[in-house]
Amino acid sequence: MSAHPSPTTTLNEALRAAPSDVTATVATSKADARIPLRAHVRHTGALVRRNLLWIRQDPESMFDAILFPVIFTLLFVYVFGGSIGQSLGGGQQQYVQYIVPGLMAMMGMNLAQSVGTGFNQDFNSGVMDRFRSLPIGRGSVLFAKISVELVRMLIATTILMVVGVLVGFEIENWPGLFAAVGLSAVFGSALMWVFLTLGVVMKNAQSVQAMGFLVLMPLQFGSSIFAPPGTMPGWLRTFTEYNPLSALADAARGLMTHGPVAHGLWLTLAWSAGITAVMAPVAIHKFRTKT
Amino acid sequence: MTPNDTKPSAVTVRGLVKHYGETRALDGVDLEVREGTVMGVLGPNGAGKTTLVRILSTLLTPDAGHATVAGYDVVRQPRQLRRVIGLTGQYASVDEKLPGWENLYLIGRLLDLPRKEARARADELLERFSLTEAARRPARTYSGGMRRRLDLAASMIGRPAVLYLDEPTTGLDPRTRNEVWDEVKAMVGDGVTVLLTTQYMEEAEQLASELTVVDRGKVIANGAVEELKAKVGGRTLRVRPADPLQLRPLAGMLDELGITGLAATTVDTKAGSLLVPVLSDEQLTAAVGAVTARGITISSITTELPSLDEVFLSLTGHRASAPQDARPADSREEVAV
Repeated sequence: MSAHPSPTTTLNEALRAAPSDVTATVATSKADARIPLRAHVRHTGALVRRNLLWIRQDPESMFDAILFPVIFTLLFVYVFGGSIGQSLGGGQQQYVQYIVPGLMAMMGMNLAQSVGTGFNQDFNSGVMDRFRSLPIGRGSVLFAKISVELVRMLIATTILMVVGVLVGFEIENWPGLFAAVGLSAVFGSALMWVFLTLGVVMKNAQSVQAMGFLVLMPLQFGSSIFAPPGTMPGWLRTFTEYNPLSALADAARGLMTHGPVAHGLWLTLAWSAGITAVMAPVAIHKFRTKT
Repeated sequence: MTPNDTKPSAVTVRGLVKHYGETRALDGVDLEVREGTVMGVLGPNGAGKTTLVRILSTLLTPDAGHATVAGYDVVRQPRQLRRVIGLTGQYASVDEKLPGWENLYLIGRLLDLPRKEARARADELLERFSLTEAARRPARTYSGGMRRRLDLAASMIGRPAVLYLDEPTTGLDPRTRNEVWDEVKAMVGDGVTVLLTTQYMEEAEQLASELTVVDRGKVIANGAVEELKAKVGGRTLRVRPADPLQLRPLAGMLDELGITGLAATTVDTKAGSLLVPVLSDEQLTAAVGAVTARGITISSITTELPSLDEVFLSLTGHRASAPQDARPADSREEVAV
């Protein structure tokens, strides 16, 4: 650095002579203008509009929300339904009652993943820099994204229920159905912190998706979502027992079909709280220090 | 001293330091931008230009030093500061999926403009930046120049007091570059203070009144553009005779003339032209007069500004494009926009 001389002009020297105080360690002071709640709501609203316009510009982005429940329901019911249903002591009908609540549990994960990839795209395109240089709360961008993804999740869930009923699913407990949707959203929101962290840290949206796939694939199939763990080898059964997705799927099943609820419900809530407690600070830290 | 010294300061930077690990992206930078002027920050990739802009727009916190914009401290008053700045990044930071109009409307709303006003402002700025016809198309369908113009429009929504233009024409073709320059000049005409970073001497000369030359995180020169130009040797006159055989006689003639202070001419046989370094307008006039007086048919005559590389060579004694391994900050600078 000192290898080259610095032929600076007088103005520069005058500036250098002035005392330069170090302010880097001073945290954002309370005197800094607070953003009123109404402004927060307005900003979030404007950003929700942005995310909705994305869907209008790019309707294909809704394909996964629409097709995922249709394809998964048909696939599992008609390919595996007969044989797994038999081992459940019934037939295909028995399996429909089993798989539809299980698929509902998966909706929350899709929600989490979309938020992560969406954030990643914003960072890479430089749009996030523009938002961060505007006088808005940084949470607004996040809340807007979550709101839109929640709507997507509700659409996907509605389609799942319609397809489910068409292939013979019986909704035994309506309030339970709504509770199951809510529980999936709660767990999805907790998982979102994981994907937000990935979204901030990973280089591109494809990596976020690939990484998410690597993590979620074993979790999804090593759970009680698709089949009862009864016939699994011991080590895998242990894994499924502690897998939060099993807990969520069991709770959803219990809620929608008047089955046992308490164990799965509490376990899901505990997992959600745990994931949030660990990952939310990490995500927020990564977001704040992202350069 | 320049006449601008009497104007109040819009941007004050003192002893700014920012590390990325072991690398000092900024190593004690001092800078002063007077209200209503354009400060050009000239330097090669990795010099710390983008880091400086990111600190001044509150996207990064400095490790040491002090900076205020329009009187607001970058560390202690980020929210007030964000209200008075406009930022145009090196890579156009518009939402590609949104139509041009929606991009501007969104920013208007985020800047707390009422709906009606945000709408009017979006219309007005699209008109001004000649984008009205493309208003409803997604920005991803725009050409490079249109995208830059939309980006400029976006940074003007809040009527900022200070505008940062971070390499506004990098990657644009010459015609589009001129378009962007015209827009920037018009904005400056409206009285906005501009901090412009660039790698091009020509761009700095076109837009800036004062210049700060940075290299490896340090200010190596600053002052009025004219002053620095004189320091680095001014322009080069390039003369191409219609008949290449006339090259050497023409060169001899110019050397014999002995125009005061005129450096030796060089012959560029490949291009079939003659290079005459000129330090002042008087020298330029004399040299052009001498060339045309001899009745030799000239097919082209142009003046060239010193390149960034030449500026660096004369200011520091080393070339701007230093070996990559010496400056690990380079890649960082390019990713971190």
